Amino acid sequence: MNLQQVFMYSVGASLILGFLSLTVLFLTWLERKFLARLQMRMGPMRVGPYGTLQPLADAVKLIFKEDILPSWADRKVYWLAPLAVFVPTFLVWVTIPFARDLVLANLELGLFYVTAVSVLSILGLVMAGWGSANKWAILGGLRAAGQLVSYEIPLIMAILGVAMLTQSLNIIEVVDGQTRVANFIIQPLGFFIFFTAGLAELGRTPFDIHHAESEVVGGPFVEYSGAHWAVFYLAEYINTFTIAILTALLFLGGWRWPDMPLDGLSHSALSVAWLLLKAYLVVILIFWIRGTYPRLRIDQLMAFSWKVLVPLSFANIVLTGVVLYYDWHWSLLTVASLILMAGFFLSLTFYSGTAAERMTVSVHPARPEAISRRKMDL
Amino acid sequence: MEFSSVIFYIAAACTIGGAFGVVITRNIVYAAFALLVSLFGVAGLFLVAFAEFLALVQVLIYGGAIVIVILFALMLTRIEDFEHLTDNGQWPLAVVAGLGIFGVLLIAVLGTSVRTGPRESVGVRDMAEALFRDWAVPFEVASLVLLVALIGAVVMVRAYGGKD
Repeated sequence: MNLQQVFMYSVGASLILGFLSLTVLFLTWLERKFLARLQMRMGPMRVGPYGTLQPLADAVKLIFKEDILPSWADRKVYWLAPLAVFVPTFLVWVTIPFARDLVLANLELGLFYVTAVSVLSILGLVMAGWGSANKWAILGGLRAAGQLVSYEIPLIMAILGVAMLTQSLNIIEVVDGQTRVANFIIQPLGFFIFFTAGLAELGRTPFDIHHAESEVVGGPFVEYSGAHWAVFYLAEYINTFTIAILTALLFLGGWRWPDMPLDGLSHSALSVAWLLLKAYLVVILIFWIRGTYPRLRIDQLMAFSWKVLVPLSFANIVLTGVVLYYDWHWSLLTVASLILMAGFFLSLTFYSGTAAERMTVSVHPARPEAISRRKMDL
Repeated sequence: MEFSSVIFYIAAACTIGGAFGVVITRNIVYAAFALLVSLFGVAGLFLVAFAEFLALVQVLIYGGAIVIVILFALMLTRIEDFEHLTDNGQWPLAVVAGLGIFGVLLIAVLGTSVRTGPRESVGVRDMAEALFRDWAVPFEVASLVLLVALIGAVVMVRAYGGKD
C-alpha cells in the first residue's frame, strides 16, 4: 500500500461520509413527513417548501446548542461514547457496494466484517450509559447491551443462511448470485428473521426499549445535548439506512434482480438508482412499522429473541443445508420455510407461552440461606 | 519504513499499552476499556499476519461479546464500591509470578527460530476445509467443552427449589 492508495481511500471515505450525512438529513425529513401522513397531520411545513429545509434548521440548532457535562459524569467515558457509537457505524460502509464497481474496499469476508464491526457500537451505548452516572442512563445502557447482544445471534444466523446459498461471504458475489431469483423468495424465513432482528438492532419502535421516553426517559442519551447528542442521532439514522441497504443487497437482489441487462457506466448509474430505490422502500417499511406497532415489554422482547427468532434461525440454516446438500430445487426451500413460519406463528397464537402471556418477573436470591438467616434475625 | 510495519508497531503498542492500562488503572471500568484496546491490538497483529478471519473473530468475540459482558456486570456497580480494589497486598507476589512467566517466554522465544514463508493469506475456504474436515473431531470436542461450561453455568445460577 503506497501513499496514493491511502489518498484514494481517504477521498472515498470522505465521499461516503458526505453521502451518509446528506442521507441522514433527508431521512429525518422523510420520517417526519411520513409519520405525519400516517397520523393525518402535515408534518414540518414552515421552513422551505414542504418543510424541506427543516433538517438543516435542526442541524444548525443542534450545533449551536450548549453542550452540558453533568458534574457526576465520568468525563473521559462521557465524551468518548458518541465517538464509540459513530465510528463502527461508519466503518461498516467501507465494504458496502453501491454497484458492481462502486465500492471502497471489496472485502472477501465482507458479510463477516459487517457483523463483526457493527457489534462494536453496543460498547458506545454502554459507555454513554455508565459515563453519564445517571440511573435512567445506566438502566438504558443495560437494556441496550442485553437487547443488542440477544438480537445479534438471529441476525448473524440469517446472514449465514444467505452466505450458504451463495457459497461466499463477499457482498458483491451475494448480489450476483441473485440474478435469477432474489433471496427473499428462496428464504422468506431468513428475510423475516433478518429484517426483524435488524429492527431490534436499530432500536426502532417496536424494539426501542433501551431509549424509550416513557420508561427510561431517553436511556443512555438522557444527559447528552447539542452536538454530542446529534452524533448519536446521526449514528441511529445511518444504522437505519445500513440495515435497509443490507436488506436490499442480501435479500431483495441488490441491483441484480430482476435481470440487469446493461453494462459499463450505464450499468453503474442504473445500479445505484435501483439499489437506492429498494433501500428507500425498506426505509419506508421501517417507518411504517414505527408508526403502527406499540412498544414491546422487556421480557417479551427477550423472549421473542430467544424463543422465536433463535430457534427459527437455526431451523432456517438446517433447511438450507439439507436442500443444498441434496441439490434439490430452490422452490422446495421456499415452501418449507413458509410452512415452518406459518406453523410456528399459528402455534404461538394458540399456545401463547411467555411471549404473549402477561407474566410477572420473579427475582430469585443468589443464596437463599443467607436471606432466610436475615429473616430470622429480624 | 514499510506500511505493514507501521501497522505492526501501532498494533503492538495498543496491545502492550492496553495490557499495562488494565494493571495500572485504579478504576475497574477503565481497566475493562483498556482490556478492549489490548484485544483490538491483538486483532491488528492478526491483520499484519494476513489472518483477516482471525482478526474479525477477535473483534466479534472479544470486542463484541466478552468485554460487553464484563461491562454489563460492572455497570451494576459504582466506582465507589471498588475504591480499595487495587490496594491488594499480594502485588509483590504477582510481580514475581509475572516476571517468572516473562522470563520463561523470553527464553522460549530467543531459543526458537521462526520459519518464515511467503506472506499470503490462507483463504476462508481452506480454513473451513481444515476445521470441518481434517480436524473435525478435535473441533467437536472443543465445542463439547464449551457446551459443558454453558450447562454448568445454567445449573449454578438456577434458583434453589421452588418453581422457576
